[in-house]
Amino acid sequence: MIRVQAEDFDIGNEISIITNQNQNIGGICSFTGLVREFNPNSKIQAMTLEHYPGMTEKQLSKIENEAHERWDLSDSLIIHRFGCLKPKDRIVLVITASAHRKAAFESCQFLMDWLKTKAPFWKMEETATGSHWVAAKSSDDLEVEKWSAKNK
Amino acid sequence: MRILYFANFREKMDLSEETVILPPNVYNVRLLVEWLSKRNDASLAVFADHELIRVAVNQEIVEFDTEIKADDEIAFFPPMTGG
Repeated sequence: MIRVQAEDFDIGNEISIITNQNQNIGGICSFTGLVREFNPNSKIQAMTLEHYPGMTEKQLSKIENEAHERWDLSDSLIIHRFGCLKPKDRIVLVITASAHRKAAFESCQFLMDWLKTKAPFWKMEETATGSHWVAAKSSDDLEVEKWSAKNK
Repeated sequence: MRILYFANFREKMDLSEETVILPPNVYNVRLLVEWLSKRNDASLAVFADHELIRVAVNQEIVEFDTEIKADDEIAFFPPMTGG
């Protein structure tokens, strides 16, 4: 399932829902992304996430389906927030559940690597000296390319 | 054709969305970028560095040689920074 929302989420609650709705889950992997308090140059006062409504949901569903094709997953969840967030706020949650840990670990990392560079979100940081759009990192591109190179 | 702008494109163009009528010779993304950039100084600046332009046609990321039609939804934005 995917959700794109302004509201915060409760990780424990989301894991419980997945646990209760499925049988034979042997392991659940979750990743939570937070707003950092500092960038290399200054303290971050706030972060605003903009996205492309429609395309975001479409692309997240597509990549979630791809994860289910590549790994034997019982369930998965992607929540990505948008709007104005403060340092330490939760931004993104990826949960993957499987009978075995390997599929859960790998698919969770695959989804996060993909989200960093392919989901239509843009971050604007506000610091004491003003606001600026966060530049994309080429290292993130490399991480996602590794998955395309790997065999299923 | 409906064109959407996000992030720094929206800010620099001071525009989140517009509808344009394409000239017949503008039939792919590259030609659209060239046509749009000639309109005014803001457009020229925002479309100057092609490496920093990402484009979606009907909500799918595409390359510059992708053909476009009058009823497509086009979006311009910088490299994405989700997660």
